[in-house]
Amino acid sequence: MQELSPTAFVVFAAVKVIAVFSVILLAVAYMTLAERRVSAFIQDRLGPNRVGPFGLLQPIADGIKNILKEETLPATANRFFFILAPALSVTPALVTFAVIPFAAPLPTRWGVVDMIVADLPIGLLYVLALASLGVYGLFLAGWSSNNKYALLGGVRSSAQMISYEVALGLSLIPVLILAGNVTLTEIVWQQQQLGLWYAVPLSLAFILFVVSSFAETNRLPFDLPEAESELITGYHTEYSAMKFSMFFIAEYSHILTASALMATLFLGGWSVPFWDGDHMFWYEGALISGFAETGEPILASPAWWKTLVTFLAFAVKTSFFVLVFIWVRWTLPRFRYDQVMHLGWKVMLPTALAYVMLVAITVLALDQLGVEGLLFGLALTAVSALATIVFVFFVDRDRIITGAAAPRDRSISGSTMHPATPTERLATPVVAARLEGE
Amino acid sequence: MGEVIFFILATMAVGGAVGVVLQTNPVGSLLFMVGTLASVAGIFVLLEAHFLAAIQVLVYAGAIMVLFLFVIMLLNLGHDYEPDVKRGLGAFLSFGVVGTLAGVLAGQVRGAEENPVYQFFPGPEGMDRLLQEQGIVGAIARPLFTDYVLAFELVGVLLLVALVGAVALAKKRA
Repeated sequence: MQELSPTAFVVFAAVKVIAVFSVILLAVAYMTLAERRVSAFIQDRLGPNRVGPFGLLQPIADGIKNILKEETLPATANRFFFILAPALSVTPALVTFAVIPFAAPLPTRWGVVDMIVADLPIGLLYVLALASLGVYGLFLAGWSSNNKYALLGGVRSSAQMISYEVALGLSLIPVLILAGNVTLTEIVWQQQQLGLWYAVPLSLAFILFVVSSFAETNRLPFDLPEAESELITGYHTEYSAMKFSMFFIAEYSHILTASALMATLFLGGWSVPFWDGDHMFWYEGALISGFAETGEPILASPAWWKTLVTFLAFAVKTSFFVLVFIWVRWTLPRFRYDQVMHLGWKVMLPTALAYVMLVAITVLALDQLGVEGLLFGLALTAVSALATIVFVFFVDRDRIITGAAAPRDRSISGSTMHPATPTERLATPVVAARLEGE
Repeated sequence: MGEVIFFILATMAVGGAVGVVLQTNPVGSLLFMVGTLASVAGIFVLLEAHFLAAIQVLVYAGAIMVLFLFVIMLLNLGHDYEPDVKRGLGAFLSFGVVGTLAGVLAGQVRGAEENPVYQFFPGPEGMDRLLQEQGIVGAIARPLFTDYVLAFELVGVLLLVALVGAVALAKKRA
């Protein structure tokens, strides 16, 4: 079970980069099809089913159509930034995938190959750093179009992404407290060792992470930067053909990366539940599967079928979250802008901060008491479940998110912004007189 | 290999910095600034300071520059019909001040081995051992929260005061 030689490392790295890149782009193409078919199913329609069996060739037809369409360039647009923007929005979404481990290490003739493009020592921080760069593409698209709707979309996207990045980062701190390291391979390993997926002992962090991921990917109910009914389509109003579809590739690769992150951080990544055979981790130059009672490391036995099985586990978990993204989009209506800001700054941020403190205190107390292993996980689960119940109870009481028909005392600014209720409109003298006349 | 990459990144960093100053379009300046910050992050990676590199991108490119963007957007600057950046005596004055500062800093670096700070550097082997023992984050976090905790907290309080001051000033005008 030796490590790779430098030459083999370079060759395998190149192969992995190309393979992962192609798989992501293929997955993105089929996610658009999945979105259309699932939305059709939810709305009791059929969706695209004419091109190929079950419409499976539809993404290819769409791709050809978008490449052959005419590219337009608005006369008053800033040409350089207008062309740069789609590229800038695609790149961060694609490169983030580099640090996500997608299967157990694969043994080959030349050594054991890690199934991760780049096992950076800063793993999670790299993810956060790139996530924070995603806003440039959207902003530049909105600004360079020189179109007021596009600009509004750009302003909204930057405000939204700044707001939710804070909650996103804070919701990850409990994971780091528990794992004690920022590399994603170690986070997967620690979940295997604990015997619990972090979604269980850190349930509130999981909820906060999922919600902020929706905001970061600009998906409904947080798709205010696009908001078809108010801003046409926001930042990409002026785009056509392949540049337009680049924004969609960016959006779907963001969804894919966010789903893969949720699976890795909170659902054990590529590890198969209730099975010890896939526990593998590099420890002092050797691939181990755990520690014996005496503290001696036990060597792991990687196999090609284990890599395959763990990859399938990872794919299933990721697809589940992709499906949730699509499902939510066709179920929930869009927030109002003030609601988005309210939720981000006044609900998510304080909750995430308080939860970090709660987890830190609980972990410290359990460490002092000498609780370890599964019992440790279960104790944390109980504390987190309590916090989650309290959180859900307070959020879901029509206090935070009120609909369009909100009671008047909760509307944004009293009389001017809020339209009168139908009964009040009827109560004006003219209407009342006419009603009486009839 | 490492040296070649260093010179590419260093050229990008300096070129970006020059671009920031020469651009008349604030959005162009801003993107050059992001490029410079990213190149400096790359140099940090070459020095195996991965944590600093990530924080550089996360805090400067990802948060502070986005706030700059926000201001540019809300003021709707940077369109062709009028130049937003005006040059004058102030430009020369600031160039002089920054140049002097850079000169003083460069003078400090030259005698690195006699510099009192140098003795804290554990050397390449020491760094490797430190990273092995404490991890990439721990190597920075431990001294920060033990030896330098007072300075760290004071900086935090200072930033908080600045924040409260900004809010107070903004409120007064309304």
